Amino acid sequence: MNAPAYNFAYLDEQTKRMIRRAILKAIAIPGYQVPFASREMPMPYGWGTGGVQVTAAILGPSDVLKVIDQGSDDTTNAISIRKFFAKTAGVATTTSTADATVIQTRHRIPEASLQSGQVLVYQVPIPEPLRFLEPRETETRRMHALGEYGLMHVKLYEDIARFGHIATAYAYPVKVNARYVMDPSPTPKFDNPKMDNSPALQLFGAGREKRIYAIPPYTQVVSLDFEDHPFTRYRFDAPCALCGAEDAYLDEIVTDDQGSRMFVCSDTDYCENRQAAGHRGSESAAPHKERAHD
Amino acid sequence: MTTMIDIIDAQKSFTMHLQGGVRLPVVRGVCFQVNAGECVVLSGPSGAGKSSILKMIFGNYRCDGGSIFVRHEGVPQNIATSEPRQILSIRRSTIGYVSQFLRAVPRVPTIDVVAEPLVATGIGRDAARERAGRLLSCLNIPERLWRLPPSTFSGGEQQRVNIARGFISDLPVLLLDEPTASLDAANRDVVIRLIDEKKRAGVAMVAIVHDDEVRHMIADRVVDVTTFAAAA
Amino acid sequence: MTDAHGTDEALLVAEGLGKSYGRLTACQDISFSLYPGEVLAIVGESGSGKTTLLQLLSAQLAPTSGRVSYRMRDGVLRDLASLGEAERRFLFRTDWGYVHQDPAQGLRMAVSAGANVGERLMAVGWKHYGRIRQTASSWLERVEIDTARIDDAPRTYSGGMRQRLQIARNLVTEPRLVFMDEPTGGLDVSVQARLLDLMRNLVSELGLAAIVVTHDLAVARLLSHRVMVMKGGRVIETGLTDQVLDDPHEPYTQLLVSSILPP
Repeated sequence: MNAPAYNFAYLDEQTKRMIRRAILKAIAIPGYQVPFASREMPMPYGWGTGGVQVTAAILGPSDVLKVIDQGSDDTTNAISIRKFFAKTAGVATTTSTADATVIQTRHRIPEASLQSGQVLVYQVPIPEPLRFLEPRETETRRMHALGEYGLMHVKLYEDIARFGHIATAYAYPVKVNARYVMDPSPTPKFDNPKMDNSPALQLFGAGREKRIYAIPPYTQVVSLDFEDHPFTRYRFDAPCALCGAEDAYLDEIVTDDQGSRMFVCSDTDYCENRQAAGHRGSESAAPHKERAHD
Repeated sequence: MTTMIDIIDAQKSFTMHLQGGVRLPVVRGVCFQVNAGECVVLSGPSGAGKSSILKMIFGNYRCDGGSIFVRHEGVPQNIATSEPRQILSIRRSTIGYVSQFLRAVPRVPTIDVVAEPLVATGIGRDAARERAGRLLSCLNIPERLWRLPPSTFSGGEQQRVNIARGFISDLPVLLLDEPTASLDAANRDVVIRLIDEKKRAGVAMVAIVHDDEVRHMIADRVVDVTTFAAAA
Repeated sequence: MTDAHGTDEALLVAEGLGKSYGRLTACQDISFSLYPGEVLAIVGESGSGKTTLLQLLSAQLAPTSGRVSYRMRDGVLRDLASLGEAERRFLFRTDWGYVHQDPAQGLRMAVSAGANVGERLMAVGWKHYGRIRQTASSWLERVEIDTARIDDAPRTYSGGMRQRLQIARNLVTEPRLVFMDEPTGGLDVSVQARLLDLMRNLVSELGLAAIVVTHDLAVARLLSHRVMVMKGGRVIETGLTDQVLDDPHEPYTQLLVSSILPP
């Protein structure tokens, strides 16, 4: 179902080459933000233009694409990007983490472990972790070049001084390959440990900011912290209400206008797979209750 | 007898550039020596250059010519040609200057103003304060004032604080610029006693005193400054 | 001479230092040595080149002629121009301090006082929150800021407090040399006095060397051992502070001294 009106994966070949060069450089210098000539895409900034360009540049005809938004395969953003590539590249798409070769994501890393050969493409709004305290780009670049990262700890210090603990819950800064401090995009810090030593290639694209950076497979990724306030990956009070998972990142779902709510896996594919395998939570839908009579 | 100060043909004049470059000669051909344990009093009318000579010895005024040797750590050093940091070192461990006027930093308590020269030579703050306290008591500054900065004191009290500050350390050379002026009899006697103690400790002193009685009591020798008067 | 003030090895040496912008000469032919523990005041009116000189000395400006050398902590005297940028920046946040006239330039106004003081420590690798905070707190005490305000941002501080915070932020890594650009400028007279007293004590307690740019001769008298008078980009008179101020030789220095009220 190739659409002849578009070049493969929408971008022209020269642009894809340019982006691939940026990606190769990013892989060669893990965590370093490589500038690239970001193109206008047929979607607004903030909808994943950086991620889409990276995906377009690496996609081949035999790839299988999965797109998630906050862990979910079925939100507007995820569906439209998936359809975009189905139409412009004719690639197969999937919602299964295990079946995908390329996964474009906004704000989550799938719960299921990624495999060697898979590529995770992050959509990044603000790639510069130092911007919070140092607005001058000339200065932040110099700080990266010289490895001056004291400022990053100033931010964490402020958290502890104000809240008693490191309250940064997303976009939690990491040090990649013991060299560059990197913003992992607004993923919850819950996902930070998954970046460390991952068998998959992780690529980050920021469209408006025109930056690409990368974590090659099996690279050390350490979350910054203090000796007396170590990084912690928080736990949830209760398991997923649908599949009973205790190790997954949960979303709060409001179920009526009386204040009722439940907490369920944000990774829909993970949750469905678990339910299909017979795992049950407290709020499992009616058909599954039959299993109690088995 | 150790010569502590040896002045050879020192001279000084001021050029007043703001008054059309008028040159005011102050002294010339200043020659005298001061030995350890001796108090030399400079005499002469006002304007004869007594204070200028003291300031030249202290390095506060620059010499136009001649030499001023001060024995510093056993070696005569020529103040007239010394580098600023050498002069500072000489002031820290050799020469003390007691003027009539107190130039104190605001906010610093009296006890610390007095103790400071000792602290600067490396004596612990508590020990220095204790000695400062003894000296202040001697000079009849009541203890309730010690914690206050001296800027709030009367002129006489400030002068006594300054004397205490000048006499506290164990410097081998002391320059005294009218130390007893405007003091009452009791305090004047205290100062005379302090000078006497310094002499016995081998301190070489150069003093300016207008009070004949005091001069008579402290002077081992009098140097008449009018002989150094420089003609215009 | 063996005491801290009399070490025979200079800490900073300027040789034939000059800076010009095209035909305009901001400073020229400036040479001097600064020794450990010594406080040097650079005085002169606006436009005399003193701030340019301070920037040359602190390697923020490259000289057009001459050079500045600094004795690194390993005892080796090195030309600042030969240092890499990383070394220079490291020097700047460890062995040097720089106190700006406007504290907003030297502080992070939106970040708490504790983090402002702690930043240099974190920059040199301190990773223990409790120790950083404790050190920051003891420095706030030393500069007479109520430690209850450790979590407040300096934008809530008064001008005098901000300046004292800036000093604490600079001194926390125990630098050997501090540059100060009109440190008391823009403060009330009473606030100035307190700040001067504080700086005087800190400088002598820590054995700091300092280069203080000021147009205020009273500041020079209180803080400095030695003074350099600048006019038209040149040093016209230099010497012991009390010597230059009590027995000024140059016409311009006499004018400066006669323009102030007696202390």
